[in-house]
Amino acid sequence: MKKVSTFTSLLLVAVMVFAMMAFAGCDSGEGGTSPEAFAPAEGYMTHAEYEAAAVDSEVKLDTYVQATQSWWDGKITVYAQSPDGAYFIYNMTCSEEDAAKLTPGTRILVTGYKTEWSGEVEVAEGATFEIVSGDTWTATPTDVTSLLGTDDLIKHQNEKVAFKGLTIEDISYKNDEPGDDIYVTVGYNGASYEFCVEVYLTGTDSDVYTTVGTLNVGDTVDIEGFLYWYEGVNTHITSIKTVG
Amino acid sequence: MNAALKRAAALALAAVMFILPLGGCHGSRGRDQFVMPEEFDASRNYEITFWAKNDTNVTQVNIYNKAISDFEALYPNIKVNMRLYTDYGRIYNDVITNIATDTTPNVCITYPDHIATYMTGRNSVVMLDELFRDARYGLGGSELRFDGPAESEIVPKFLDECAIDGHYYALPYMRSTEACYINKTYVEALGYTIPETLTWDFVWEVSEAATAKNPDGTFVLNGGNVMIPFIYKSTDNMMIQMLRQHGAGYSDAEGNIGIFNDVTDEFLRGIAAHTGSGAFSTFKISGYPANFLNAGQCVFAVDSTAGATWMGADAPLIDISEDKLIDFETVVKPIPQYDPENPCMISQGPSVCVFNKSDPQEVLASWLFAQYLLTNDVQIAYSETEGYVPVTTKAQSDPDYRAYLTAAGEDNDLHYPIKIQAAELLIDNMDNTFVTPVFNGSASLRDAAGSLIEEVTKSVRRKQTVDDEYLEKLYGDTTTLYHLDEAGRAGGVAPGEDMGPLPAASTALIVSIAAVWLGILLYLAFSTLSKKRQYHR
Repeated sequence: MKKVSTFTSLLLVAVMVFAMMAFAGCDSGEGGTSPEAFAPAEGYMTHAEYEAAAVDSEVKLDTYVQATQSWWDGKITVYAQSPDGAYFIYNMTCSEEDAAKLTPGTRILVTGYKTEWSGEVEVAEGATFEIVSGDTWTATPTDVTSLLGTDDLIKHQNEKVAFKGLTIEDISYKNDEPGDDIYVTVGYNGASYEFCVEVYLTGTDSDVYTTVGTLNVGDTVDIEGFLYWYEGVNTHITSIKTVG
Repeated sequence: MNAALKRAAALALAAVMFILPLGGCHGSRGRDQFVMPEEFDASRNYEITFWAKNDTNVTQVNIYNKAISDFEALYPNIKVNMRLYTDYGRIYNDVITNIATDTTPNVCITYPDHIATYMTGRNSVVMLDELFRDARYGLGGSELRFDGPAESEIVPKFLDECAIDGHYYALPYMRSTEACYINKTYVEALGYTIPETLTWDFVWEVSEAATAKNPDGTFVLNGGNVMIPFIYKSTDNMMIQMLRQHGAGYSDAEGNIGIFNDVTDEFLRGIAAHTGSGAFSTFKISGYPANFLNAGQCVFAVDSTAGATWMGADAPLIDISEDKLIDFETVVKPIPQYDPENPCMISQGPSVCVFNKSDPQEVLASWLFAQYLLTNDVQIAYSETEGYVPVTTKAQSDPDYRAYLTAAGEDNDLHYPIKIQAAELLIDNMDNTFVTPVFNGSASLRDAAGSLIEEVTKSVRRKQTVDDEYLEKLYGDTTTLYHLDEAGRAGGVAPGEDMGPLPAASTALIVSIAAVWLGILLYLAFSTLSKKRQYHR
């Protein structure tokens, strides 16, 4: 009897685990859901609808936090991405308590206004949000190296992206010393591009911040980051590795 | 004395000790007032922190570094650690946080508005009156190891800006104002001539003309898809200066808010109309004015004179790719005026305050460094990085500085003409500058002033209607958001200032507590005596 009871319990546990996994089927972890399969919550936009929306119009996004800048003064800037596209949400209204919940992968419903600032299409300051619990998703970086210098690069604006085999041309600290942003000039196919280690995103104690400080002009590197725009492509670097 | 009486006496003493501090605590929160030491103890070593602000300009950072090393060479026992900021708001926020934890810097670049808030921590900011006038270590003092300015050599108007309630709490460090950087080529292409004194009417009229489009949707003026004829960087300044030029209300020194008035209404309706036509936008909404100006996408760009090195076709600092730059003639003018006969413009720029510490010698070391920032070497070098003006007549009249001004246009780097013209604009208009009253909450009011313009501009772009109802709601929301109904003169209390009688509620509380304690004591004494009697029964 006792043996049967244990077996039954184990069976029930197994059934429950499978059931929970099935219910959490939308929790595809890292980069699993295809753009076509992604369906935003009712009343919220697909990325295509967001792109089609006019600047200064209201937008409603169903998306996943990929990273945040440091919370400050009731606001937080969010790098967000869904399987069908990415968003930069500038100074979203957020309490410090809620900011701690915006970990990578967290699903959020955002209401705000679309705007453009120095070439960066983003959700304007003051957007509001709510967290959708029980569902997470993180993006796998898309390799956009071949798109550098082309008009197609901007189609990936705000996405988590990767670049392979770029050459370091210059590295300079914002205030000429560590502590603030680091400007990283990289070369590819004879053209130069201004990338940035955004200190509010990475902090100064991160691997990427310290690694960039050790690089030399001429080093070949692979880079990951968010495809931010400031008067042109201005990737916010989250990872950098020397490859040659 | 038996045990019961001892206990009663101890309780009475405890009650007195409890009540006494209650009566004395009113206004005594924070540090003791700084007391000037007899002399500077040079036998000790000091390590002080300096929170500095730069305009994302490495040359300014280098000047700070040189000032520190030169100062440390003069005072080998004082080590200065610098922390750099590029944003006044961040300094303000960090200082507020550090007042709470008693970890403020020693010396800090700041705005007087901010100091008024810092002063809510009693004696957190050192009142400088005594330090200014100390014969040995004060301004121009006999024991200084550098040639600093005397008090009379600081431009009086700039020095006055550092006084709160009749006492000095800061030294001016640099001064600037705002300027309108104009694409003269475009203005003339539109058939206009820039007047001697720029007026709001002129700017709006030309800006409206610049919105004309071709049938294909491109702008006639530049043939491109982007044209924002008039962009304002600091909308708080825009509102403040407009109200001042009209003689309309903003606030008084007591913190009474007067910003919501008919002039504001009219101005915001004008902003709404010009936003609706595409003639106007702001930095927060569209981007840096300099980028639009230099790309030929703007006619009038208003920004600080301390941003002059970014302005113009030949600007030494640029933030857009070379291929986007266009060639045009740049003219620098004071901001638009309502009354050209009586121009007025804001005085702004960093000041330096000294934070109080438990060790007066550390404060004195900090004061020596703060003063050093006013020496000619620092003043002239820093002012030359941007359209700043030195705050001392000693530096302004220095032959090196005069030669610098005269050399305008000799190159597009140190002698970039737009930058030097911007500085001269302020020098020529020092008597036409003003500052707003400083009180605890004045920093919030400033933010609120800018937000009115930002909100109206955003709303129009979002197809909302700006009418009476809108403005009424906007004023209400702004009052709440910026706590304008709480603003007032609470910026700490000057040492020695009579704070008046305690509030009635506080008095009642203390009396009540005293009465309760008295009751307890009487009860204890009575019960002690009763027990004694019982023992004898």
